[in-house]
Amino acid sequence: MGVGAVSFFEVKDISKNFGGLMAVNGVSFEVEQGEIFGLIGPNGSGKTTIFNLINQYFPLTSGDILFKGKSVKGMKTYQICHLGIGRTFQVVKPLKRMTVLENVMASAFCRVNSFRESKNLAMETLEFCNLLHEKDKSAASLPIAGRKRLEITRAMATKPELLLLDETAAGLNPGELDEAIELIQRIRDRGVTVIIVEHIMKVIMTISNRIHAINYGQTIAEGSPEEVANNKEVIEAYLGEESYA
Amino acid sequence: MKRNQVIVALVGIIFVLFPLVVKSDYYQHLVILALMWVVIGGSWNLLAGYTGQVSFGHAVFFGTGAYTAGILANKLAISAWWGMAFGGFIAALVGLFIGWVCFRLRGPYFALATIAAGEIFRLIATNWESLTEGMLGIMILQTFRSKLPYYYVALALAASSIWVFDLVMKSKWGFYFVSIREDQDAAESLGINATLYKNISLLISSFFTGMAGAFYMNYMAFIDPEVVFSLHYISIMAILVGIIGGVATIWGPAVGAFIMIGVQETFRSALFGLAPSWVSQSHVLVFGLLVIFVILFMANGVVGDWPKIKRLFLRSR
Repeated sequence: MGVGAVSFFEVKDISKNFGGLMAVNGVSFEVEQGEIFGLIGPNGSGKTTIFNLINQYFPLTSGDILFKGKSVKGMKTYQICHLGIGRTFQVVKPLKRMTVLENVMASAFCRVNSFRESKNLAMETLEFCNLLHEKDKSAASLPIAGRKRLEITRAMATKPELLLLDETAAGLNPGELDEAIELIQRIRDRGVTVIIVEHIMKVIMTISNRIHAINYGQTIAEGSPEEVANNKEVIEAYLGEESYA
Repeated sequence: MKRNQVIVALVGIIFVLFPLVVKSDYYQHLVILALMWVVIGGSWNLLAGYTGQVSFGHAVFFGTGAYTAGILANKLAISAWWGMAFGGFIAALVGLFIGWVCFRLRGPYFALATIAAGEIFRLIATNWESLTEGMLGIMILQTFRSKLPYYYVALALAASSIWVFDLVMKSKWGFYFVSIREDQDAAESLGINATLYKNISLLISSFFTGMAGAFYMNYMAFIDPEVVFSLHYISIMAILVGIIGGVATIWGPAVGAFIMIGVQETFRSALFGLAPSWVSQSHVLVFGLLVIFVILFMANGVVGDWPKIKRLFLRSR
């Protein structure tokens, strides 16, 4: 990056304190436009908290988050979405008593105002995400794979430049997993930058350009998938320390 | 689509012709009241049914509308009909204030806050005697002797409220209302300013309820705090109209209004004089039984569960 160039997305030394617990403690990373950036760590290491800090669901305790050089600190969650940062939830949140199409239309209204434009944008996004055949089903009737896909479709309908995917592959069978990987790659190919939180190594190692590993709210490694997979601290965090025996 | 439009047109024609065919003041009176409840029930439904913000305090808006019209006539000697416009606006202003305070709360806490708001307004109307005449109430002169003008005003109000609610629910606002009801956190993350859209929903809801209140002042020519700010006559009745007709349906509150007025009158008149007089005191009890029945067997109300009801009748034949 040249001197003076503004990075696309930058997390600067962020911390989050819940009472006495430091859920996130001084994490920093930069994401370049167009890449898939993986965020990994054991359960409870603070990955979802980082997402909640990025879209300002929780206020930051300290640090700053810059999107295209502009601080998002103090913005409301809905303003983050209008700014161009979309997200999905790990615990899926379908709007249950609406059809799949209505779910996606509700989010498409983020960018357009009329019913017709919203429907067009929703249909287009449903087709892109291979969910068009389910459009008239109620969101409550979708199985978990469909719900995860609906989360992505809804986020995509808000036309994000940066998409935060929170464990969108968890609970999927191998076939569905391949479809999810293919979809995320197509989203990247569309020019959307992706930050992905994932436990399934097959997914994260296949598609990430770079990976950032955290444990207990702190950075333990960052680099290419190979570098991170061979990092001693990462292995220890996932498998435990080498035994003495 | 086409078939529905034909049905709506037919129902419209029936309502326009009704008072010309049925000359009885009594039946015209009942339909006028039912039409007024179509407006209130629909307003409640927009906020509670579609937006998910359950209000136990719609009497606030009804009473504010009624008192606006009454005070205009009583203190300023302006026709209470002006209250139809002003009543809606003042009720909407009150709605904005209540939204500003109460929308900090979610779910049951919001509902509780609206009960408190209703009681506060009832007490204000009771005690601010220099403005509201307190417990004496406000009495004005009726403009018309015939029921016909009132009937058509009520019909116009009911029809326009349904038209507006339908229009809103097919727009961006409608999608946002339902999204907020289904999951406020998900809605926020999809770019929906939940606080703003809850207030918009409340604003429309309180405006129409206020108009209905102002109509009530004009029609009944007498109001007092115990009636127009009543928790059970107004606030609870609005909920019953919505639940029995069908929450989150356009036509539910309209059907519910006619059912509720019908049931209320049937029992209040002791089955039209056929039953002993103690029956007339049981109409509130009957409301309770009706709600239990509806919740057990058709949780989506008459309109919401219409396909189920239709199947039941087709099977038994």
